[in-house]
Amino acid sequence: MRDKRLEIETIFDQAVDAARAQGVTEIEAIFAGGDQALTRFANNAIHQNVAERDLQLSVRPLIDGRAARATTNRLDRDGVRDVVAQAISLTSLIEPDPDLLPLAGKTEYECPKRFSLATASTTPDERAQAVAEAIRVVEEAGQVAAGTYSTGTTVFSVMNSRGATVSHDETMARFSITAMARDSSGWAKASACDRAGFHPLELAQTAARKAALSRSPRVLPPGRYTVILEPAAVLDLVGQMFGDFSATAIRDGRSFLNDRIGGKIFGDNITIHDDVLNPLQSGPPFDGEGVPRRRLTLVDHGVVREIAYCRQAAALAGASPTGHGFPLPNEVGEAPVNIVMNGGDTSLEQMVASTERGILVTRLWYIREVDPYEKIFTGMTRDGTFLVEGGEVAAGVRNYRFNQSLIELLKNVVALSPATRASGEEALDMVVPALKATDFNFTEVTRF
Amino acid sequence: MKDLALQALDAVTGRGVSYADVRSIEVRDREISTKNGKVGHVSSSESVGLGVRVMAAGAWGFAATDDLTRQGIESAASLALDIARSGVAAQKHRVTLAPEDKYEAVWVSPCRVDPFTISIDRQLATLLVIDRELRRQRGVSLAEASMHFERRRQFFASTLGSLIDQTRYTAGAGFSALSYKDGEIQKRSYPNSFGGQYQLKGYELVDELRLVENAPRIAEEAVVLHSADQCPEGEFDLILDSSQLGLQIHESIGHPIELDRVLGSEANYAGMSFLTLDQLRRLRYGSRIVNVVCDARLEHGPGLGTFAFDDEGVPAQLTDIIRNGQFVGYMTSRETAAQIGERRSNGCMRADGWARIPLIRMTNVSLEPGRQSLDEVFDASHAIYMETNRSWSIDDKRYNFQFGCEIGWEMRGGKRVRMLKNPSYSGISTEFWNACAAIAGPEHWTLWGVPNCGKGQPEQVMGTGHGASPARFGKIKVGSAYAR
Repeated sequence: MRDKRLEIETIFDQAVDAARAQGVTEIEAIFAGGDQALTRFANNAIHQNVAERDLQLSVRPLIDGRAARATTNRLDRDGVRDVVAQAISLTSLIEPDPDLLPLAGKTEYECPKRFSLATASTTPDERAQAVAEAIRVVEEAGQVAAGTYSTGTTVFSVMNSRGATVSHDETMARFSITAMARDSSGWAKASACDRAGFHPLELAQTAARKAALSRSPRVLPPGRYTVILEPAAVLDLVGQMFGDFSATAIRDGRSFLNDRIGGKIFGDNITIHDDVLNPLQSGPPFDGEGVPRRRLTLVDHGVVREIAYCRQAAALAGASPTGHGFPLPNEVGEAPVNIVMNGGDTSLEQMVASTERGILVTRLWYIREVDPYEKIFTGMTRDGTFLVEGGEVAAGVRNYRFNQSLIELLKNVVALSPATRASGEEALDMVVPALKATDFNFTEVTRF
Repeated sequence: MKDLALQALDAVTGRGVSYADVRSIEVRDREISTKNGKVGHVSSSESVGLGVRVMAAGAWGFAATDDLTRQGIESAASLALDIARSGVAAQKHRVTLAPEDKYEAVWVSPCRVDPFTISIDRQLATLLVIDRELRRQRGVSLAEASMHFERRRQFFASTLGSLIDQTRYTAGAGFSALSYKDGEIQKRSYPNSFGGQYQLKGYELVDELRLVENAPRIAEEAVVLHSADQCPEGEFDLILDSSQLGLQIHESIGHPIELDRVLGSEANYAGMSFLTLDQLRRLRYGSRIVNVVCDARLEHGPGLGTFAFDDEGVPAQLTDIIRNGQFVGYMTSRETAAQIGERRSNGCMRADGWARIPLIRMTNVSLEPGRQSLDEVFDASHAIYMETNRSWSIDDKRYNFQFGCEIGWEMRGGKRVRMLKNPSYSGISTEFWNACAAIAGPEHWTLWGVPNCGKGQPEQVMGTGHGASPARFGKIKVGSAYAR
């Protein structure tokens, strides 16, 4: 990584020189990329097995209140010169923007350690062996396994001609497994910056257990049920709303928080922060302009307290930037991306034990917004949906379609588990609890 | 490009490899947008790299790199081999491929006006005129317009001896008007949601779309929707415009016919399919007027799924998927064709760039035009008509779907009697297609582009084409998205 940083600094100097040669002194460069590898399996065998490496340089010059961006992965001297020339050419053709700010200045920021050498140097054989062992667990249960094991490194750096230099190196490992029985399935997934943060065999055991437990699913009618959502389901559903905690989204009129900030819209037991430095979180501690991310109290005991501001949105609103802006130029402004939802002290088992009749959900799928202001989302349950009766998991049930308002859901929460890092497929990884809520709106049942 | 591909192929040849292919790719794109009277963003990007796919010990390995030095290419080649050999740790059978011929070809997609020769300021000026028209309507909170252009040159070389040089130009453009009022957000988009229309064309697409002419109507609809009645809940005859029907085809026909899904390759992420192998040539997928093809050939039209060869060197083909309502075909690859005993792949392997492996992806999956006039399609005593997708969701085996649209109308005797807001409909894929009662003719058929189809791990985003005419379906469940 030290070599990579030196390479990045050298390329940045070349970009600055190329810009100056054209009379441009204000320039920002973003470097993003890394090495990623993924071993994929299905039908109890590895079937896709890949690796990729890429590093991109993205340049944004500022010329008389104008800015545009050009990006390349040709990082030799000619490539750098060409991308700077392209960015300057684009910039010179557009109208000035009176709201455009000068480049961000130099800042101090806390740098969390999120790089694991063991994860970065994971070999194809190590991934394959872990996959083979996980498959064996599922096979021994008479089931069929499918999933992925990925490891990789990313680098994200923002540098500019006003002296801002921020850089973040990170490793990430993810393991996901689906176990399929004759008429049922189970699933488990985990992610961590250090691959030692999870155990593929345990995930395989969980998936296999869920597949066995949900066999011969019953067909229950749609309707309003008490629901117990495991952390991955909470993540994928609740994670859909944080793009609206954005000053730009509110100014545009596209946020459900228009006319709601400061009001109590969720239950007393809902408190949510954006906190990049939480030890279970991941990602760089600065935004697309190099501004350090500030911890935000998004929801405090049901009341929406804070939203994210990029520099421009902050300037327009007379507020301070929070370090959540996306690389400029863009239309969407900013969003919190390191969600930490406060948990409670009720274990998943206690939630089940306290439920007379309800539905336990492992995972949700294909979640899409139905109503942008009431925050109604539709989607399906998947890979482990259970009927809870008399305080016990009674049977698997056929998968449901839901149409559920998130506002209503977070008003109806009656229990929360301790929060954990969860990984799903429809939202960024987050630190969230499992939750139990009343009156969840299942509207249809599918065929399996 | 050719030299790089051949260099990579040489680096793996003779090292225990039973098959290998290389794609070296150079992509250049331009995105511009406006937002509420100002430039939203102007950007361009280029990406150059290559991906080496090898089969060794009967297992696949793939490595991609942006380091195009001799050393970088050799490192990628060695890594691809190591990865393939690691797969033996969890191998059930050696991969076999359906046979294919070798080809040498150079192909460039038709492009009347190279979009990269049109200056940014002219493109922005067009968007700003649209923006002005949208904001002329009182009540529009957010006006957005955009264009996107891409030129992708790919050189494919394989150990079969194929050498295929393809260049594809794609273009996209569209706009939307959003209105926030009294605790309600309504939005209209033109000519489609998700950025508009996308095709395998040059800048001529922008001129054909009549964007400025449609801006006042779209802006007015976005605002008037606030005072429209809520779409009722119940069973209705349903009429869909061709863009929504295009997405319906995508989700409830296009994905289920991917043979890799059927065989379990996507089980952990995108899911599987209700179209198990026993359904082929047995399942009544739709009513007798439903005919669907998968067609990557230029003759089908300028779709996002149009090309000369797929990404494992198989020529573009026309495949019947549904004929007179009967399910008759899957989309295949060389590997999956061999698995089900087909003589040959029908050429549906596509990768979203040099860094990713080809997967079975939709090319142009289209509903053939019907024989009815537009009046006949709308000729129902009582129906709901819906336009332009707003939300879309379907289960992981592709049975149960739910779609929301931006706008609807209640129809009586073929006439619009009232505007409806928040329309939605839902159902089971085969029941829906079996309820197809009328399809408009070829003069109303449009080949829509879906630019954002996700599949695979790591995920790939692909552009697909879907031709459709407006059509009517009998007794469809409407309105359950808002059912309380």
